Amino acid sequence: MPEIIEKSLSYAESVNAALARALEERPETLLFGEDVAIPGGVFGVTKGLRRKFGDRVFDTPISESAILGGAVGSAMFGRRPIVEIMWADFALVAFDQIVNQAANVRYVSRGAVAAPLTVRTQQGNAPGACAQHSQSLEALFAHIPGIRVCMPTTNQDAYDLLLSSIWSDDPTIVIENRTLYHGAKQPVRIGGPVQEVGGVGLRRSGSDLTLVTWGAMQRRALAAAERAAAEGIDVEVIDARWIRPLDLDSILASVQRTGRLLVVHEAHTTGGVGAEVVSRVVESGVPLSSPPVRVGALETRIPAAVQLAARVLPGDEDILGAIRRVAHDVPAGRVEAMPVGAR
Amino acid sequence: MSTETLLASLEVMHRIRATEETISRLRLSEDIVGSVHLCNGQEAIYTGAVRALDLSRDAVFPTYRGHGWAIACGVPPEAVLAELLGRESGISGGRGGSAYFTAPTYGMYGENSIVGAGAPIACGAALAGRFDGSGRVALASFGEGAMNQGAVHEAMNFAAAMTLPVIFLVENNTYSELTPTRNVVRNDQFFRRASAYGMAGVRFDGNDPDAVREAVADAVERCRSGVGPVLLEAMTQRIVGHYIGDVQHYRPAGELDAAIAAEPIGRAERMARAAGVGDQELAALRQRVADEVDRAAAAALAAPLADPATVEEHVYA
Repeated sequence: MPEIIEKSLSYAESVNAALARALEERPETLLFGEDVAIPGGVFGVTKGLRRKFGDRVFDTPISESAILGGAVGSAMFGRRPIVEIMWADFALVAFDQIVNQAANVRYVSRGAVAAPLTVRTQQGNAPGACAQHSQSLEALFAHIPGIRVCMPTTNQDAYDLLLSSIWSDDPTIVIENRTLYHGAKQPVRIGGPVQEVGGVGLRRSGSDLTLVTWGAMQRRALAAAERAAAEGIDVEVIDARWIRPLDLDSILASVQRTGRLLVVHEAHTTGGVGAEVVSRVVESGVPLSSPPVRVGALETRIPAAVQLAARVLPGDEDILGAIRRVAHDVPAGRVEAMPVGAR
Repeated sequence: MSTETLLASLEVMHRIRATEETISRLRLSEDIVGSVHLCNGQEAIYTGAVRALDLSRDAVFPTYRGHGWAIACGVPPEAVLAELLGRESGISGGRGGSAYFTAPTYGMYGENSIVGAGAPIACGAALAGRFDGSGRVALASFGEGAMNQGAVHEAMNFAAAMTLPVIFLVENNTYSELTPTRNVVRNDQFFRRASAYGMAGVRFDGNDPDAVREAVADAVERCRSGVGPVLLEAMTQRIVGHYIGDVQHYRPAGELDAAIAAEPIGRAERMARAAGVGDQELAALRQRVADEVDRAAAAALAAPLADPATVEEHVYA
């Protein structure tokens, strides 16, 4: 195990560092996908890895089924493939290989064969992105038993969660976010033991309300939490960075203290992972002082124009409005009069 | 082909046919339930192909009409029948069933109920071989209907672009499930598509186990020498429906009779007779295999059902 050192890295550089470590320490790893090798990735995340690791890093045709099927098959035969699906939206072209194939390998063979593969992808809206480059699809992946799903947001998590995924013997989807790739550098601890899959990140301690979020949306959630603090509402922000397995115990421990729950995600509200979080908390019987609330994207397609997309995706005001609603237990009958956050 | 080899092939084909006929009987009695796809008439393909492979390192990825592949790969009929009967002694303890039969310890890495989905996975198996020094050849087998699936096109280009040792074996029985394949393509000579990917493509008689063995052996040699992949097209006919209960009203008059006249077991027996093997010896072989499969069925039926308490096992590591 390499010695722990701290480096100042961007999110993209943190991903790159994790990939480099995996390729260095685990000779059975392979890295492939569209433009990942010689070009170094469309977002520059994998640059330099081909030069350093040679044939184990290679470019593929624009063929998501072949990429994911190649991952499943090579994983069944002792390799530990890490593949990139450039946009989560593109995974839908080859969803079969994830849902019908990768998720079943271990089960149908009763453990005789496994598919320890990692799919790196990125999702979410960014200014001007069209409806086929903007979706937040974590619920589709997380719905599938046999698959693991994580969504790293901090630079440290970009490093840690990717390594946990690669080291895991299960097929794992790592959903990154391109708006994070080239943000500020942060100190990132490189090296050290690879963590087990699972767990949450505590992003802000608070006593009045538990806000569960994940992905890039947590930047807005944290900003809203600071504004709420100025109004006297002390929000605890939990980053449920592992969507499957979901660390329900940590969420429940927080809700037990605050008695109030708000879930904020960029994905559509209907059928989103927020519905799962709320259901699990309610089913647990933990006492709640107000009804739990979800904030997600409006039930419409995602438009390209910036001002249109801004209306669809949860904004700071939406989140703050929802915080106020949950904190002050605004009756459900007044939802129509609430800010858009109540939707 | 020596008489000995012919009789060895005949024995495997009998074992496949007897197992399929037993499955059919158990399906009609509803001991086996669900969708079942039999391979009667296509036995020569599996028998011949497996003879050309080295299953200690090679890997087969068949389609859902795959009981014959399992038997040819050496899975005992009892493990096949027990699997379809939901028994603990089934090859996957009832997890795979008829259409997702998976026997990796026999080199049979899973039927696939998603048409053509095994082709990209076979590419992955071949890719792994590039790094593990095994010299593995991966054989993906599917019907000609799968030749119109996107995943198969992707796999063929991927394998060709990467020079992967993959054999794409098309079992051309001329029907895409219930639809004559010639009605849904402009050119039904599928081996000709190989050149579009830069592969070798060969069409041959899929009812002759030796023709199949020869074609697959050539393809294996190409793959092992580093010039793969190869597209093979074995011409055959189903002599049963797409599924049990399919009355095949869509087949023109006379077609089924012609298919039965050309089916591989009768043909191999005629060849054996021509080579001097007596009727008595052929009947004895047939009976010996039938008895073996009968015993397997009795044992599978007597075996305990798979335990529902275990259904949540093997989802994660």
